[in-house]
Amino acid sequence: MPEPLLDVEDLSVSYLTDTAEIGAVDRVTLTLQAGEFLGVVGESGCGKSTLLFAIAQLLSPPAEITSGRVVFRGQDLVRLSDSELRHVRWRDYSVVMQSAMNALNPMKSIGAQFKDTMRAHERISADAIRTRSAEVLHLVGIDDAHLESYPHQLSGGMRQRAMIAMALLFTPQLVIMDEPTSALDVVAQRSLMTQIKELQQQFGFAVIFVTHDMSVIAHYSDRVMVMYAGQVAEIGDTGSIFESPLHPYSRGLLDAFPSVRGPRRPLSGIPGSPPDLGRPPSGCRFHPRCSEAMAQCTTTEPPLYSVGDTQVRCLLYAEQLRDAV
Amino acid sequence: MSQPANAAPDSDDALLRTTGLTRHFRLGGLLSRRMLHAVDDLNLVIHEREIVALVGESGSGKTTVARLLAMLYPPTRGTIHYRGRSVHRLRSRKDVLWYRGEVPMVFQDPYSAMNPVFRVSHGVMRNLKLHRRDLDSAQRHEEAERVFDVVGLNPAGDMLRKFPYEMSGGQRQRVGFAQALAVRPKLILADEPVSMLDVSIRAGILNMMASLRADEGASILYITHDIASARYVADRIVVMYAGYAVEQGPTEVVLSRPKHPYTQLLLSAVPDPREKAAPVSADSGEPPRVIDPGDGCRFRQRCPYAIDECARVTPLLRSMGPGHDAACHVAVADAEDHRGEGFGPISSVAKGTDTVA
Repeated sequence: MPEPLLDVEDLSVSYLTDTAEIGAVDRVTLTLQAGEFLGVVGESGCGKSTLLFAIAQLLSPPAEITSGRVVFRGQDLVRLSDSELRHVRWRDYSVVMQSAMNALNPMKSIGAQFKDTMRAHERISADAIRTRSAEVLHLVGIDDAHLESYPHQLSGGMRQRAMIAMALLFTPQLVIMDEPTSALDVVAQRSLMTQIKELQQQFGFAVIFVTHDMSVIAHYSDRVMVMYAGQVAEIGDTGSIFESPLHPYSRGLLDAFPSVRGPRRPLSGIPGSPPDLGRPPSGCRFHPRCSEAMAQCTTTEPPLYSVGDTQVRCLLYAEQLRDAV
Repeated sequence: MSQPANAAPDSDDALLRTTGLTRHFRLGGLLSRRMLHAVDDLNLVIHEREIVALVGESGSGKTTVARLLAMLYPPTRGTIHYRGRSVHRLRSRKDVLWYRGEVPMVFQDPYSAMNPVFRVSHGVMRNLKLHRRDLDSAQRHEEAERVFDVVGLNPAGDMLRKFPYEMSGGQRQRVGFAQALAVRPKLILADEPVSMLDVSIRAGILNMMASLRADEGASILYITHDIASARYVADRIVVMYAGYAVEQGPTEVVLSRPKHPYTQLLLSAVPDPREKAAPVSADSGEPPRVIDPGDGCRFRQRCPYAIDECARVTPLLRSMGPGHDAACHVAVADAEDHRGEGFGPISSVAKGTDTVA
């Protein structure tokens, strides 16, 4: 196997307050090959955005990486100083934030923001900036006349596209996306996802895509990681996770949205709400909401078991593996 | 074949009926003549114990409809009749309170719909004081606990004492419904009640809406851009595009035999991991801004089946089958569609002569 583009090892992030330490990300390990599309799925509060910020080295106090490494192209990003990071961030990897309305500066035209971004990283002529800015806008299907536009003059979908264009100013190898489609409605969402996938195939960058809606990434990602309460609950190929999800939580997420086709089925959703990460439940963190919880789930914290190509954190599979032996 | 989409407003078994409901907004300064057409000529009917879904993209005018029905602003033209009474003639405080009590609204964003300095009991108790004058203080408290129980906030006593920041998004949305329930509503206007919530929590709210109809006898106008959740709860669907209702009918009929090309587009965009990826459309998904529109179908720029007539004549709703109407020049009604497929536009482009009477 070739050297992975990104190798996250045992990464933990805590929010440190005066009275408590809240573990938002707990020993997450994942690898990403060049050009791979990884979907990260979980409810609000499961630590998925914190994980993204930790990978991108964008955490600010009180959040802190308490252990682990983020090796990107052979370099551990956690150990880099701010000035060293500045050479890597945005040139080699970039980030698309959830709400483009808040991430773009309302007082500056799109073109001016592109210019600022490029100037921050390179000595570059005004002409070259204009050419490149027009180029990336065309890539996402926006007319370059909109370089003169201010964010409020664009629709939600266009703002989100402009953010993606900005992330592509320097052909990066990794683009990290935090729910870029969740503020859009279905038609705009479908068209944006299609565009992201096309760009990815054209330029070969890798994508980490965070969402709470599993259905969004079904047709686009190569692998899926399901997060629950700061931990990896299940990680594996998109196809196998959607066809036969192993973790009861993944199954719950998949069964949570209604379908427009086929028979109408009652939806159960997932009862309860995500745990307080300041006081995570004992044993398996999902056991209070799990329909298949067993007695030992309340006391034993399950490790990740390998079942085929999938890894799953659930004691159901400890039994199976033991039986198989 | 062409009959008016809705009968005259006097033969009335409807709970609420709008006739030609229209709302325009003036854009720009005082002297500006530019008009944004948010809602045009809407004839909407909601019966007792019925869940009607109003489906469309952002900018289609669906929230404006909810606000018109909630009397948050007056219509430019057209009328709203509730139980046979014209809503715009309600003048006295008593009458307005009566209407607002029977037709409460639940807002989209549970994070900004509640005053953060009050406990969540505040809104419910206030509603009870305003609209249920017959109850004394102890009864009000009992009733508040009852409605919290109904929406699944248990234990109700503890939940009532919480502040909004102590609750999750799903719980806050339940508080929104509890506030609406406290006034013994006949019709709840729910404006995208689940779109800000996690997928895992949506199912609970959708199920709760279905049980409110069953147990409390309330009708619901469910406003959403998510046609899949509309299918899950609604008896009837009204699809809006750029201010017009472009298709309406019983949920299963509209979804299995969508007549309007826009409804077809909406359906094809719904992600469904159980299906193979649908062929990718080139549609950019941009809703139009309807400023001073001329005649013609507002969907024609995005429509793969548009013919010359679509640019000249605004299509009106016409019958496609029992209770099923669509506003499209090229759509073919079920009875005329001999292939039995129901996907009108494809076959009728060849015929090309289907006109509105």
